[in-house]
Amino acid sequence: MKYAVDENGFYGKFGGAYIPEMLYPNVEELRQNYLKIMQEPDFQAELQMLLKDYVGRPTPLYFAKRLSEKYNTNIYLKREDLNHTGAHKINNTVGQVLMAKRLGKKRIIAETGAGQHGVATATVCALMDLECIVYMGEVDIERQAPNVARMKMLGATVVPATSGSKTLKDATNEAIRDWINNPEDTYYIIGSVVGPHPYPDMVARFQSVISEEMMAQLSEKTGRDYPDYVVACVGGGSNAAGAFYHYLDRPEVKLVAVEAAGLGIDSGESAATSVLGKEGIIHGSRTLLMQTEDGQVTEPYSISAGLDYPGVGPMHAHLFESKRAIFKNITDEEALQAVLELTRLEGIIPALESAHALAALGRIGAGPDEVVVVNLSGRGDKDLATYLDRFQLNGK
Amino acid sequence: MENRINTLFSEKQQGLLSVYFTAGYPNLNDTVDIILELEKNGVDLIEVGMPFSDPLADGPTIQQSSDIAIRNGMTIPKLFEQLKDIRQKTQIPLILMGYLNPVMQYGVERFCRKCSEVGIDGIILPDLPLADYVREYKQLFEENNLSKVFLVTPQTPEQRIREIDSHTNGFVYMVSSASTTGSTNGKAVVNTDYFGRVAGMKLRNPGMIGFGIHDNHTFTQACNHARGAIIGSAFIKALAQEGSLQQNIASFIQRIRN
Ligand SMILES: Cc1ncc(COP(=O)(O)O)c(C=O)c1O
Repeated sequence: MKYAVDENGFYGKFGGAYIPEMLYPNVEELRQNYLKIMQEPDFQAELQMLLKDYVGRPTPLYFAKRLSEKYNTNIYLKREDLNHTGAHKINNTVGQVLMAKRLGKKRIIAETGAGQHGVATATVCALMDLECIVYMGEVDIERQAPNVARMKMLGATVVPATSGSKTLKDATNEAIRDWINNPEDTYYIIGSVVGPHPYPDMVARFQSVISEEMMAQLSEKTGRDYPDYVVACVGGGSNAAGAFYHYLDRPEVKLVAVEAAGLGIDSGESAATSVLGKEGIIHGSRTLLMQTEDGQVTEPYSISAGLDYPGVGPMHAHLFESKRAIFKNITDEEALQAVLELTRLEGIIPALESAHALAALGRIGAGPDEVVVVNLSGRGDKDLATYLDRFQLNGK
Repeated sequence: MENRINTLFSEKQQGLLSVYFTAGYPNLNDTVDIILELEKNGVDLIEVGMPFSDPLADGPTIQQSSDIAIRNGMTIPKLFEQLKDIRQKTQIPLILMGYLNPVMQYGVERFCRKCSEVGIDGIILPDLPLADYVREYKQLFEENNLSKVFLVTPQTPEQRIREIDSHTNGFVYMVSSASTTGSTNGKAVVNTDYFGRVAGMKLRNPGMIGFGIHDNHTFTQACNHARGAIIGSAFIKALAQEGSLQQNIASFIQRIRN
């Protein structure tokens, strides 16, 4: 596995665990145990049962006929939007909550941007009867209100993050500070392939079910277990990590990672880390990071709360630098057009995050005989207010 | 070669007071004045904070002072420029404290050389892991006569405390309770089991207790368990009071000492 994490927690030069000593015991405990616990038969049995009967896996691989006609290629949608709670995030939270229980933790904390990870965490905490505290930027609380309501309904405490740009980065800072202040009983369920080792690897493994299913489903539908392209949006990069995972060492599969350009790469209002970032340290990981010359983290911007993050998981930083993955970026406007397109062609309303992946379809140059899988990471219910507003459907 | 931190600990056994402030706060050019006032008021050691936009180990007070300092224009090059003649003015031990990212962007090697040039004695980078330090930077720090101070917490296992002690020279920074800086969760300095445990380990390095020390009571308690104590957030709050820097600093240190 050339692109997998090494024994020191690095992907090439990216990764590691750049954490204050206060976090060391918890992160070290996790590092020493996560693989062992994940391999235990009763852990796997419980995980597989929950993924199947609770989350609703496997998710379908749907041949999008009208979308395929439009782009003159063969497009399949991996329907992560059909998971319980409406996004891929729950693949990870089901796994991590079982991990937390095995480690004897009683209190769960999480950060969230779009609120999908927050909802998925609140959901598994309700299921497992665990206390749940979710940190969310004030700006995101506003723009993803339906998910805030769901978290409250599920019994979670939603704590606003009020520093910085009041978005995902700041929510993550607050979650990490909570963990520092509660070292004994608390488990931090990180929502993407970010943070100190072993989180990026652990989250990628929990999400890898996406490409595992894809292989079987593609075999059945196309006669071979791989596509020519896998396209996924990248905030921190967990849905992309899951969709790429089993194809990382198969160069015949082109991996396309799609970042949020916001108002445009040169606008100063963007979240396209691979273009605008350089090597740095954020949230305990050495990775690509949007920052000033002096090493202060830059406030990112995207219409999509889930992609509005100034870093990217270390695995993706490595995929970018090694050129294993192709990185594209999509503006707010292009993403919105893709929302409308999928909705009207296929009757599926995607999340704003996933729409960035869809919008890249016109940019990859897939041919009529090629097969493209787009990871449809989530559904658009949480974004309806934005859609009605932007498409001027409010009055009608 | 001895540096000023080692000299301090060999000359003064008890009740050492170390004060942290964020460079560039409250005003960009206060740095040297604050250092000189602190020395004048009998502070033993000074930690100069290099502000970072995302200080994970810090509570609201230092987060805010950092934001203001960055907005005021504080950067690492600016700080070195302010400190360039500091050794003509004072011999108080000086530590630079900050996060790894800004130092990495400046260049770790260049940073260490510059520290040595202006007369800095020690460095605290809470998010630089011990293993990385030992593997990549220890030699560089030692060549520049810089103490690398590491934190330990009530949760740090004995074996790791010993490992940290073996790789550092200066002092061991004992975080009083598991918390971010400035926490007043009440746990600070009541953790006598932990202080006793560390004291019983007979480390090579002296210990200083920090986090949550904010008044004469907590300072005195900390001094009963270690060579001295470190105050950060409470001092930053004092700087925000109305009145001149001189007055604020003098009255704050007086309140701590008496
Ligand atoms: C539907 C959806 N897709 C994608 C993302 C981005 O996260 P990641 O890059 O980790 O998949 C989010 C994050 O909130 C999301 O809700």
